[in-house]
This record gives sequence, structure tokens and C-alpha cells, in this order.
Amino acid sequence: MDVVAKAWTWLATGSHWAGPDGVWHRLGQHLFLTFVCLAISCAVALPIAVALGHIGKGGALAVNISNAGRAVPTFAVLVLLLLSPLGTHGQWPTIIALVLFAIPPLLTNAYVGVSEADREVVEAARGMGMTGGQLIRRVELPLAFPLIMTGVRTAAVQVVATATLAALPGGGGLGRIITAGFRLTDTPQVVAGAVLVAALALVVEGVFVTLGLVLDPMRRRTGRRSTAARRPPTDQAPASPALTT
Amino acid sequence: MADGNCLISNEWICGEYVRTRGQELTDATLEHVWITLASVAIGLLVAFPLALLARRWRSVAGPVLGLTTILYTVPSLAMFSLLLPVFGVSAAVVITGLVLYSLTILVRNIMAGLASVPEEAREAARGMGYGPLRLLFGVELPLALPALMAGLRITTVSTVSLTTVGAIIGYGGLGNLIYEGMRSFFKAEVLTASVLCVALAVVADLLLLGLQRLLTPWARKSRKGTT
Repeated sequence: MDVVAKAWTWLATGSHWAGPDGVWHRLGQHLFLTFVCLAISCAVALPIAVALGHIGKGGALAVNISNAGRAVPTFAVLVLLLLSPLGTHGQWPTIIALVLFAIPPLLTNAYVGVSEADREVVEAARGMGMTGGQLIRRVELPLAFPLIMTGVRTAAVQVVATATLAALPGGGGLGRIITAGFRLTDTPQVVAGAVLVAALALVVEGVFVTLGLVLDPMRRRTGRRSTAARRPPTDQAPASPALTT
Repeated sequence: MADGNCLISNEWICGEYVRTRGQELTDATLEHVWITLASVAIGLLVAFPLALLARRWRSVAGPVLGLTTILYTVPSLAMFSLLLPVFGVSAAVVITGLVLYSLTILVRNIMAGLASVPEEAREAARGMGYGPLRLLFGVELPLALPALMAGLRITTVSTVSLTTVGAIIGYGGLGNLIYEGMRSFFKAEVLTASVLCVALAVVADLLLLGLQRLLTPWARKSRKGTT
């Protein structure tokens, strides 16, 4: 348990937190990458998933993309993109890999949420003369909200994890503290970096759980807790875990 | 262009690489397979009793599910790094990490499977004089198989893909080749190892699907029964 004490000492040393290789700078990089990539993937995946869910087509596509996302190793994609012509364009290989792996959970959850929104409510709304757009905005999206947020949360945790791995091919972020520790065979630094990364992932998960509860548009009306808890999909990944990495 | 040149010109697809480094590729694939197998097998052995405990006592279910979810949230690089001081540089680090990840899905799916067993089936078995053990293995487990196998397939596929990260300590199977190819900018090595890794995941998934069909012959008649 000597390592634990040394890792603690590493974390408690002020100089490790400052400078371009310091924790604060790496954390900033990590958060920036996470935020940008999550925003891009949401902008790409959510409209498609909602549209597909609304017309009730493309279910096989959503499931297949989610399966493919699990089977393809993140590490392999990161390295392949680095060696591709894109590799010379700074952060882009990392950003593309992060977006690619954030899309499956977003797509699948939002699709399932919208396409399985209570049919009777949807029919009633249609009977009231709502147009397609109104139906999406005022019925399907509020009903699908918990699952959409589950997708966003899973994607966020996935992005944090993949951004950590991006340190192996030389990307920025907290993972660099771990990889630098490995290069220096400095186990306390490796452990300290790992603690920081794990803490960040848990904080991100916690923030999105809270956001999902606070922002739920149906919360005040029905006191709904969470759709995911009510209906565990046994043939899909459990609601929260990030799919890989 | 002659095959020998593709090594020099560093092309993505290179037959010469596969020919000359066949042994290396085989070794890496075998390491990948055994790390995956060991992780999934141990994962099942740990998850099954956990799921039974969680089912038996509600007070256990919350902490077990919560803890496995938290474990799943930890990024793989951090997970392996945290286990490094416990086991030193050895395959145990990778396998333990992968086992911990597998628990999340396995425990949930086994519990969901057991919960889906119709109460009538249980009652009938009890009425026929089945004891608790025989009830579990003779009635409940077979009926829970579709959910269990679905979980097993997801776990196996993600374990195959996650094993690559073990390359950070040199026990990553095909991941080792990807890591090595990354450092020497050797495109053929990276692409070949990546493709093999995906192929491995697909083959494992298909094998498990076949096993599931074999184990649940009653599900074949009604197509809705398959998961």
C-alpha cells in the first residue's frame, strides 16, 4: 500500500497541478474535448434518431450501429485515424474518434425512446389534430426525455473514457498523466492519474444523472422517476454503462 | 507492385506482412482469445452468485447494482492503471479489469432472466417436489438462458474490444500489435491487428448465438421467444 501513499503525495504536490503538463491544464483539455465532441455528436445523432423514431423506421440500423460500436476497439480506431492522412491535422483524429464512439448510445437510446413513446398518447395527440412537428415537440420528445438523457449520459462517459485513451497516440487530456507515468515507470503517478480520470468519469456521470432528473419535462406532472428503471432492456446494454473502453 | 514493396512503402494492406509475421499474428490472437475467455469465464462465475444474492436479499441488490455501475464508469486505461500496483505487470491486471467490467451486464441480465421466469413454472416445479437447487438449475436457469446469453454476448464482444487496451502493460493480445504499429507508424500491422480483433468479436458473437440456439431448442419454434 506504499503506492497509495506515494500516489497521494503525488496528488498533494502543488507543482504537479501547474504548467502545461500539470493536472489543471490536462483537465481543461479533457473537459474541452469532451464538451466539443459531445456537442457535435448530439447535433449529428439526435435529430436523425428522433426523425427515425418518429416515422418508426430504421430500428435495425440503430441496433446494428450500437453493436458495431461495441465490437470495434476504440484504441484501434484512435491509432488508425492517427496513421491516416488526418493524423497530421492536430486534434482532428481524436475528435473524430470521440464523436464516432459517442454516436451509438445517443442514436440507440433516442430512437428507442421516441419510437416507443406511449402509442395511445401519440394517437390521442394525432386525433387532436397535432401536426408531425407538434407531435415530436410536445408529445414524443417529453416522453422520450429520460431515455434521450440516458443516451447523452452514456455518450458523455464514453467520450471521457475515449479521450483518456487518446493519450496513448499522443492526444491531450488527463490520460497523458497516466501514459507519462508509464513512460517514466512511475507507478505512483500512474495511479494518481488513474484516480483523477476515474473521479472525472464519475463526476460526469453524476452531473448527467442530476441533469436528467432536474430537466425532465414530465417530472412535475406525473412524478415519473425513470423510464429506464421501469423497463430494463435485457438484450441491450444496461441503461447507464458506457459501452466500451 | 510486388508484394515485398508494400512493407517498404508502408501500405495499409500488405500480404507480405501477413506472410512474414504469421507467427506473431497467431501468438497475439491466441493471447487475445485466452485473456477474453478467462475474463468472461471468471466474470460468469462471479456474476452468477452475485445475482443470486441480489435476488435473495433486496438489501444486497442496491449496493451490487450500484457498485457494478460505478465500476463500469471507470475508463479502461484508469482501471488497468489502478489495478497495476495490486498485481504488478501481469495478465492478471487486464483480466481482473475485464472481469469487473463484465459484472455490470452479466449480473443485470442474469437477474432480469431469473425475474422473467413465470411464477407458474416455479409453482409447478415446487409441486412436483423440486428442491431449491433443482428448481434453480432445472427450471429457472434454462428459462433465464435467453437473457443470460444476451448478456454474455454483449460482454464477450466488449471484452474482445477492451482487451486491446491491455497493451499499455504489454498484455493486450492484438492490442500489443496495434500499440507497436502505432509507435513505428507501421500501417499494415495496425490495420491487420484491428481487423483481426473485429473479426474475433464477430466470430465469438456468432458462436455464442449458435450455442444459445442449441441450448434453447424450445425458443426456435416461436420466433418471438428468441432474444
